[in-house]
Amino acid sequence: MAAVEHSEGAHAPAEAGDGIRRRDFINLAAVSFPAMGVGAVLIPLINNMNPSADVLALSSIDVDLTPIQAGQAIKAEWRKQPMFIRHLTAGEIEAANAVDMGELRDPESLADRTKPEHQQWLITLGVCTHLGCVPLGAAEGENKGEFGGYFCPCHGSHYDTAGRIRKGPAPLNLEVPEYEFMSDTSVRIG
Amino acid sequence: MIRLLAFVVGLGFLAASGCSFVNGFGTWISTETEKSIEYKYLKHAHAEEWSFSGPFGRYDNQQLQRGFRVFRDTCSGCHSLKYVAFRNLEEIDYTEAEVRAIADQWPIQVPSINPQDGAPNTRKALPSDNFPNPFPNAVAARAANNNALPPDLSLIVKAREGGADYIHALLVGYGDAPADVEVGQGLHYNPYFHGLAIAMPRPLNSDGQVTYTDGTEATVDQMARDVTAFLMWTAEPKMDTRKNVGIAVLIFLIFATILAYFAYRNVWADKKPKKKKKDEAAA
Amino acid sequence: MSFPWAQQYEPKNGFTKWMDSRLPIFRLVHGAVGPGYPVPRNLNYFWNFGVLAGFALMVQIVTGIILAMHYRADGAIAFASVEHIMRNVNEGWFLRYAHANGASFFFIAMYIHIGRNIYYGSYKAPREMVFLLGMVIYLLAMATAFMGYVLPWGQMSFWGAKVITGLIGAIPFVGESIQTWLLGGFAPDTAALNRFFSLHYLLPFVIAGVVILHIWALHIPGSGNPTGVDVKSPQDTVPFHPYYTAKDGFGLGVYLIAFAIMVFFLPNALGHADNYIEANPLSTPAHIVPEWYYYPFYAILRSFTSDFFFIEAKLMGVIAMFSAILVVFLLPWLDNSPVRSANYRPKFRMFFYIWLVDLVVLFYCGGMPAEEPYVMISQIATAYYFSFFLIIIPVLAKIERTTPLPNSITESVLGHDEPVAPVATTKSTSGDPSPQPAV
Repeated sequence: MAAVEHSEGAHAPAEAGDGIRRRDFINLAAVSFPAMGVGAVLIPLINNMNPSADVLALSSIDVDLTPIQAGQAIKAEWRKQPMFIRHLTAGEIEAANAVDMGELRDPESLADRTKPEHQQWLITLGVCTHLGCVPLGAAEGENKGEFGGYFCPCHGSHYDTAGRIRKGPAPLNLEVPEYEFMSDTSVRIG
Repeated sequence: MIRLLAFVVGLGFLAASGCSFVNGFGTWISTETEKSIEYKYLKHAHAEEWSFSGPFGRYDNQQLQRGFRVFRDTCSGCHSLKYVAFRNLEEIDYTEAEVRAIADQWPIQVPSINPQDGAPNTRKALPSDNFPNPFPNAVAARAANNNALPPDLSLIVKAREGGADYIHALLVGYGDAPADVEVGQGLHYNPYFHGLAIAMPRPLNSDGQVTYTDGTEATVDQMARDVTAFLMWTAEPKMDTRKNVGIAVLIFLIFATILAYFAYRNVWADKKPKKKKKDEAAA
Repeated sequence: MSFPWAQQYEPKNGFTKWMDSRLPIFRLVHGAVGPGYPVPRNLNYFWNFGVLAGFALMVQIVTGIILAMHYRADGAIAFASVEHIMRNVNEGWFLRYAHANGASFFFIAMYIHIGRNIYYGSYKAPREMVFLLGMVIYLLAMATAFMGYVLPWGQMSFWGAKVITGLIGAIPFVGESIQTWLLGGFAPDTAALNRFFSLHYLLPFVIAGVVILHIWALHIPGSGNPTGVDVKSPQDTVPFHPYYTAKDGFGLGVYLIAFAIMVFFLPNALGHADNYIEANPLSTPAHIVPEWYYYPFYAILRSFTSDFFFIEAKLMGVIAMFSAILVVFLLPWLDNSPVRSANYRPKFRMFFYIWLVDLVVLFYCGGMPAEEPYVMISQIATAYYFSFFLIIIPVLAKIERTTPLPNSITESVLGHDEPVAPVATTKSTSGDPSPQPAV
């Protein structure tokens, strides 16, 4: 008796058939239903680590373009990342357009990477697509690399005047964020 | 031995507390405690009916918008709302453009620096900014307000005993002081405030003080209710979500618990005394 | 582990066999909370609260780790960072309310667990170690909760920290320097906040460690039961799984319903309005009280208002407050009655119920302002509290006439004993003042 009593099936012979099946079903449901609840509780435990409302609210910034002369660039901060806003000279635009698309690792034309009527404004993230360093070339006197655009000193990636990867380990062109011109002299990024 | 020691220590505690009791009782009997004037006149807010009362109560965004107008026109000159951002107004049904306009036209600007020379400066508020403080610091706030500090209103409803009922009662509770209450210089009689005299002058004076655009009549009581509801929202902006989730969670838990109860009865079916017969048979 | 008829673990498949000879963790679980742990068959719902307290601790650790990702322990921004959690962090309001109310629920579970232990005499031999470790958990939880309450940096946080560390200032000669050392300053500020945060993060893991010892110690003699009669035969026990896992599952459901009602509908009911005002060292709230779970001890602290011989009133209050917890530690030695359960000790039962009422009074007075008549009432209640532990319990153990005990657990459940010979080994191995049937 003692040994038998402790096994779950002790009552089995007495109540065969449907009784057993219904009982098993309830026990199964009582275990599996709360498992759904555990799943639901995981949502706040994971989602809280996503950007909070105040961080998301800072995701658009307005930049005044008036002070940037042709040939100059500025760094702005967007989502705690550097933004390069570059006023291209006529020569730089020409150099960018002269490149054969077939030579490019990540083929995109200058027109693809700028807004119509505002082709002189090249707006990219200042984050090398290799491992995330900030390339040089935005500030006056910095090394612009072999192609006159940007140069990442960490692992030697060279970008051209359209911010396209031309040489070095980076796989992609510098990322162009979402932005729109509010007027000829002002852009909203993000 | 330990029990003997415990007995002695126990007697010690008994004597010490008894000694305190006798002293306290003596003082209590011998001193005539005078009921303070505050005790005589202090009123307690009675419970009001709010749209957000109870487990099924929710915010009425129309009311919150009216309350925001009252806050903007009446309170924001002295009181800060520093934990709330303009962008939060979208949660009470203002559109993004409206929020941008409200922030842009807010009478108080946000401290900033001059981008050229770095000198302290102010700029217009953006939706992502919190409501700017009307005073640069507490000393300035006191200096401008007869040495009283207007509290921040973000959490005021949760930070006061009595919550929304109290805030509403306080706003409409101003009146003339009874003859035996002395109200100090620059203070105002209000029977709902501890000490009966509050530094804040009556904020809502006459019907129509704030212009409502939704057709609601702007009586003093209505304005007090609306601004209180607005301040309840600033204190507990997630209340609607919280209660909605709560109801779903409770329904789930009740169902799961009923299931668990039947599973428990199943498992124990052969161990309960009413199943005596089986046990006897087995024996 | 504890009884010869406990179901033996047998690894069933290749993986569990492989594991069993390398890291026998499945064997451990099987013996600890599985079919391998025989438990008396007559446990009532009061026996659910150990598992519930353990669950509450887990909730606190999980929500706490996440809150710590968003909280900043700096006097200038701590309050604002809590508001940041409440307003900006995704589902932050839920995590914070669950953590704040979870602390209260941990204490509710512990208080009922301790109350059950005292009523049923679970602290008596051979379970003294289980009891002592449990009391250590309780003490650690009190310290953890106190430091956690300081972190939101509201008015009650600040003044609570100031007043409670002020108790240490009552120690003669060295008190004040210890207090300054503890706070890293002359009043609570960033230094204190940071060390409290650090310890508040550490202590729950220490508690979890002691919980493991607590459960280990419990498994040596096995669980007690409402009759207080020792387990004598296999009929007296059922395997923990599935019998008590099922019962605990149901209990957990009821507990979670209560918890959800508080978190989602009354999240601030157990808190204080003043703690939504940022800490201000220049203005004391009209009425400083600690969190509700400290009320009885706060009432005891405040009831010593006169000097007692050479001991100052303030020091006497502090001594009494700590003694109120320490006397509970002595229970196994204060009470040497051979009968465990109050069900068979009518006099003890009566004094126990008076003690419960006494605790309710202390809870009530601890939350009230320090004015008459509350102080006088708590003085009487304090006197009874100490008398109960130090005088009534030792004396009752000597003089009480207990009522007849059932012959066995099975008899108490079924109304008759099973005609199976008791396993001889159980009684002799325990070597305790095991209660003999008084028939």
